[in-house]
Amino acid sequence: MPLFTTVPWTVTDLTRHLRQLLESDGILQDIWVQGEISNLSRPASGHIYFSLKDTGAALRCVMWRTEVARQSLDLKDGMAVEIHGRIGIYEVSGQYQLYTDAIRPIGEGVLYQEFLRLKALLETEGLFDTIRKRPIPERPQRIGIVTSPSGAALQDMLNTLRRRYPLVEVVLVASPVQGEEAPVILVASLQRLNQSVHPDVIILARGGGSIEDLWAFNDERVVRAIANSIAPIITGIGHETDFTLSDFAADLRAPTPTAAAELATPVTLLDLSASLNDLDQRLRNVFSTLFARKRDDIENIYNQLHFSSPLRRIQINRQRLDDLLQRGNRAIVHHLVLSEERLKGIQQRLLSLNPSAVLERGFAVVTRLEDGRLVYHTAQVHEGDGLSIRVSDGKIDATVTKKNKPIYAN
Amino acid sequence: MPKSSIQKPLEELSYEEAYLELESIVTGLESGQYSLDKAMAMFERGQALRQRCSGLLDQAELKVKQLSGEQLNDFLEE
Repeated sequence: MPLFTTVPWTVTDLTRHLRQLLESDGILQDIWVQGEISNLSRPASGHIYFSLKDTGAALRCVMWRTEVARQSLDLKDGMAVEIHGRIGIYEVSGQYQLYTDAIRPIGEGVLYQEFLRLKALLETEGLFDTIRKRPIPERPQRIGIVTSPSGAALQDMLNTLRRRYPLVEVVLVASPVQGEEAPVILVASLQRLNQSVHPDVIILARGGGSIEDLWAFNDERVVRAIANSIAPIITGIGHETDFTLSDFAADLRAPTPTAAAELATPVTLLDLSASLNDLDQRLRNVFSTLFARKRDDIENIYNQLHFSSPLRRIQINRQRLDDLLQRGNRAIVHHLVLSEERLKGIQQRLLSLNPSAVLERGFAVVTRLEDGRLVYHTAQVHEGDGLSIRVSDGKIDATVTKKNKPIYAN
Repeated sequence: MPKSSIQKPLEELSYEEAYLELESIVTGLESGQYSLDKAMAMFERGQALRQRCSGLLDQAELKVKQLSGEQLNDFLEE
């Protein structure tokens, strides 16, 4: 025993030191441990406490309520499991423990390794290449389904297809979807579908389960059969987060069986109905346009014909004739009327020029007795000449006695 | 001349066949190259095809069969 001892640590300080030591170790902060569950305790708080044991040692574990809610495994004493978490110290009791965030059944780790190995191998072969993936037909006439005949997956898919696209024919090939015998039967089912039925697309589906339940879909034989399928394949395996090698090899992966049925029917009854209506509308439009155009054509031709028809020419000429006749008549009448007027006019003038009328007014016609010449100038007669004075009712013989030239005579 | 499934009677045409023929009739008519009486005949055929398509859509019922061995049987759902 040394003479001069160092200052002793307090329990708290020592415990804290240990804690820091443990927490600074990377391995201990992210570790998978396998063992058997014992002393499982589930107090009302929702947290669970247990020991993980093997033949040599025991490890205290705790899983908080939030982590418990996130995992689905039904924990029991005696269960062989692998748990994941970090090592810490509960200072109050001086207990080191594993704070658990994940638990899986033993063996899943092994399976997962196998999964990775096969994935790498097939990937190198190019089985998962995007370029190999074929497009899904828009309007399939026949859909093949490989799944378990019992179980909700099939019903969900049939309901979905019925709702979206009942025009299609579904051919079901029943197959186990887990267990030892599943891979062989799955492969045979795909083969029979392709060879006997020739569907436009195949759905390969099953409901959710553990990695072991889904293991058939990681089987190399199944994956190769999918890659070699004549018809394109849509996989709908497990839950949204489950990925199997079959999903990678498929032409299209769906997160669930229902989603697979939806992806297999991209065009629905509603879409078809809408495009049929469009087509119908186009048909009616084009026809009424055509009809109107033809009718217009006919009308144009009729008009043209009518315009240059002989009948019309005759009508036009007849009309012209009538017109001319009318004008002619009017002209003649007008002319006649004018003439008549003129005649009347002349008549009046004539009448007014009638010597008798003049004579009756008191004028006389004087002529020389010796030669009967009309006398209208005084120069034409001399005193003593004989005159004949014609008045309205007879003649008077007279002798010129005197000549007078009034002022107004020229 | 539009591609027509004249060999098959109307009642036997699948939706796809009837729809495609209807479509080719409509595009044919839209090209305006047909005489009036030809166009009328096409229009009537088009209407009949439309009826066929509507009928198929209205009456559509999902057909489910099961392949057992080599046999294709009707599948009875539980």
